[in-house]
Formats: sequence, structure tokens, C-alpha cells
Amino acid sequence: MSYQIVVKNCTVCGACEFECPNAAIAFESDTFVIDPELCTECEGNFDTPQCAAVCPVPETCIPA
Amino acid sequence: MSANVISLDGLQVASRDDLTKAIETQGCESSACGTSDGPADMDPATWEKVKDHPCYSEEAHHYFARMHVAVAPACNIQCNYCNRKYDCANESRPGVVSERLTPEAAARKVIAVANEIPQLSVLGIAGPGDGGYDWKKTKATFEKVAEQLPDIKLCLSSNGLALPDHIDELMDMNVDHVTLTINMIDPEVGEKIYPWIFHDHKRHTGIEASRILHERQMQSLDMLSERGILVKVNSVMIPGINDKHLMEVNKVVKQKGAFLHNIMPLISAPEHGTVFGLNGQRGPNAAELKELQDACAGGANLMRHCRQCRADAVGLLGEDRGQEFTMDLVPEEVSYDPSKREAYRDWVAEERGERRAAAQEAKAETSAVVATDAEALLVAVATKGGGRINQHFGHATEFQIFEVDAEGVRFVTHRRCDNYCVGGYGEEDKLDLVIKTLEGIPVILCAKIGDCPREALEEAGIEAVQDYAFEYIETSVSAVYRARMGLPAAEAEIA
Repeated sequence: MSYQIVVKNCTVCGACEFECPNAAIAFESDTFVIDPELCTECEGNFDTPQCAAVCPVPETCIPA
Repeated sequence: MSANVISLDGLQVASRDDLTKAIETQGCESSACGTSDGPADMDPATWEKVKDHPCYSEEAHHYFARMHVAVAPACNIQCNYCNRKYDCANESRPGVVSERLTPEAAARKVIAVANEIPQLSVLGIAGPGDGGYDWKKTKATFEKVAEQLPDIKLCLSSNGLALPDHIDELMDMNVDHVTLTINMIDPEVGEKIYPWIFHDHKRHTGIEASRILHERQMQSLDMLSERGILVKVNSVMIPGINDKHLMEVNKVVKQKGAFLHNIMPLISAPEHGTVFGLNGQRGPNAAELKELQDACAGGANLMRHCRQCRADAVGLLGEDRGQEFTMDLVPEEVSYDPSKREAYRDWVAEERGERRAAAQEAKAETSAVVATDAEALLVAVATKGGGRINQHFGHATEFQIFEVDAEGVRFVTHRRCDNYCVGGYGEEDKLDLVIKTLEGIPVILCAKIGDCPREALEEAGIEAVQDYAFEYIETSVSAVYRARMGLPAAEAEIA
């Protein structure tokens, strides 16, 4: 159970990185990447996955 | 960018008649011009805060430079005039930037610029993204810069949604200028501008989004005013959506203590990929913008010299030297040398005093000989700053427009065309664009002009004058005014 970032859509704004309650998102080479080991889809923290809720581009933070 | 072209793609000048009408319905009362006169219309404490800030003082923008660094790319709202994916090095408009910086890199860049551009007085964080939301990066940047350049003014632009959470930190860091972008005070209007916001760990849409945004914006404004932080409110004028409504916004923000209200035209084109660009929402033309600005006179002081610069702009308003300071050109190690900036400040203190005295004198002599009901004259000026006519016509990428009558000389606006990609035009087309830009302006003052363009301007009914090269703008404009009325030049204008 994890989210992933669609690289070609990502604007590299980094909002997902600091909204993530699990510190699962990091900048790697030229885009942000979600670590599937750490991602919980925000269950237990928030109603909706924070990365998808804050991302400015539709269909960019999606279920893996 | 290097093209010497002024077009009015974004800010179209309507017909000459429209413009004349808009200007006739209301001249520019001194109160409406807000900050142009300096100490005369402002309490000393406020003047002290704005006198070196080009975005807050019309007079300061002749002398001082600002730079923006794009360190805070994350945003917590979506606006229909913004597309986060868009970037173009040849484009100049808010939110557009070519290079995103870490706080460390940004601090190095600021020092490098301060060493090269002694006019630098302000560092702003103005997007893309929201510096109030992407707070850690904003704060780290301000702290690193303030360590080395304690006298630089720190400035933040924000939509205000996250700002109430950081006001005390702003105070601690001596950030004394904040710009809030407020496009509405009615969530029903907001609904047409903001599809969603992200607040308190949720995405909010519809009217709820705008209600929350509005409440937080008002809270930000109140908190900033209470603490004596100068607030400028930026509003984007969107015809058919908030154009009339902005008069209400103007009243409310003034009431809540905003120091300046800057009403800017929507910049909208399909190639920007924004919702408004794609759905054909147009921006206002120059006459519509001026009409709204005039209608708001008497509310919050209006800013008329806004250049809608790029988020990574460097230099005096109206020039962008950002391309000289991209990170690949900034050395790994830079140390600050204060000597140039100090020398420049001393020079400005003297120069601006002399300029003001000369302007006063010219004004007094003009009002003594010109009838109070004499028709006002609009004059375009090519200037590189310093309050003087010091630019070659062919090098001008914009013109400052002044209005003169028996009451004196007043700055009206800029007319520019470098805020869009304008490549691909031949030299002749450029001149055509310049002429179109100057529509409604019978005189242009410049340091020098070639015979060909001068004749082309003459054919278009525009007199190009180079007799006042390197003179002060105000005295020269009033001399031209008097000369056109057949009156002799005043002493201050010849000196």
C-alpha cells in the first residue's frame, strides 16, 4: 500500500515532501520519489493522502 | 532579454480617445498618486521604511533595485491565472522563474548581486509558490542573507492563507514589508478565481475554499497592521469577474491598514496554459485599468508604477539583469563588499534632494505662468533610472509616462512590452510596436534618437525630443509643456 509520483507531471515544487507525515518523500536526482516502505497512504494520520491533496498537478500523486 | 521592443500585448492601450477620456475624467490627484511625493504626503516613520524600497515608493524606484529569489516553490492554493508548469526565460510576469534555488544558493546569489549592483536595497521572495506556506525555505533564506547583509530590506509576498502562523517569526526577522495578493472579499467572487486551496491538511474546493482563504487573508492583514508591518495588497484585475468588486476590496483593505493597493492587469494568453488563458478570459486594457485605479482614488493609496516583474527579477524596476546572475555564474565563495552600496547611498541622498528641489522650483514657475484650467500634457520618457532622461530611444524597452499641467508633473504609469516573448520581429516591426505603445502620447523625451525613428515618430504625430538629454525628468517635462504653450523656459529648467 503506497502512493507514487508520476515523474513527467511533477513540477518539483516539493509541497508533498513537507506535508508527508511519514517523511516518505525525498528529492532524488531531479524529481521527488515516494519510498513505498515508508508510505502508509496517510492512514491513521489523515483522511486523505496529503501528497495527492496538495499536489498542483492532477493525476500526479497516485496509488502505486 | 535584449529586444528593444515595447509592445502592448498584455496591457493594450485602447484608442487615443478612450485614453484621453479616461485621463480627463480624473486627473491624478496628489492623494491618488500615493507615494510619489515622498515626505510631503507621508508621516516620517513610514517614509523611513519606504524611501529606499522601489516597489513601495515611486520616487525610490528611480534609484533603488530589488531582487527576487525563487526559493519557495510549494503553494497551497490554485489560482486560475497560474500554471505551475510554465516557464520561459524570455517572459516576464509574476510567478515565472527559470531557476529554483536552495536557501544557501540564494544567499550566495544575493551577495554576488549586492557586490555588483550597488542600487540593491530589497530582497523579495515572491514565488513561484507561496513563501508563507513554503515557510522553512523562506525563513532559512532570510536568515542567511540577514547575517551578511543586515541592512537589506526583506520582503515577502504571500496569498495570506498560511501567514497567520508565522507573523511573529516575521517580526523577529525584521521583515517589514509584506505583500498580500487579495483578489476578492466575497467568496462567491473567489469561487471563480480559486478552484481549490490546501489548508489544515485538507483540500477544500468551491465556496468553502474561498471562504477560508478570505478569512485567513483578513486575519493576516489585521495581524500585520497591528504589528506595524507595512502591507501592500496586490489585486489581479479580471474583467467580468472581480473588476467592479475590486473597488470594495480597495475600501476594505484600506480600512484594515494596507499601505498600498496595487491593482494589476490579468496577463492571460492560451500559451500560458492557465485556466483563464485556455478559456479565453481576457485581461483589461490600459483604459479599463486606469478607470478602475482612478475610481479607487481616495481608498488605499494606489501604486501605479508596478512592473509585474518576474519572480527572479534582478535590478531596477524595468530592467532585469537576472540573466547575469544565474547560479552557474555565481562563484562558490562570495564575500560581501559594502563599499559600493555605501557610496551609492550617499550619492542618492544628495541627488534625490537636488532633484526634488529642482522639481519644486519648476512646478512653482509653471503654475505661476500656466492657467489652472490649461489642458494637461502626457509625456513619455526613456530612462535608465536616477530620475533623469538618460536612455537612447533605441535601447528603451519601456517608457515612463508623465502628466503635466499647472499643478506640476506627475508619474502616471509605465508602458512596456517586454513581458511577453516578442522574438521574431524585424527592426521595422519593432518601431511600429513602439509607436503603438506611445499611442496617445504626443511627446517622447530621450537621451538620443536616430533620424529614421524620429521621422517615423513624427509621421505618427509624436514629437521626439533629445534636447533634455541627462536632465531631470520633472524639470524637462515642465519645460516641454511650457515650450509647447509658447512660454519661455524657467530658470530651474535651464540650469
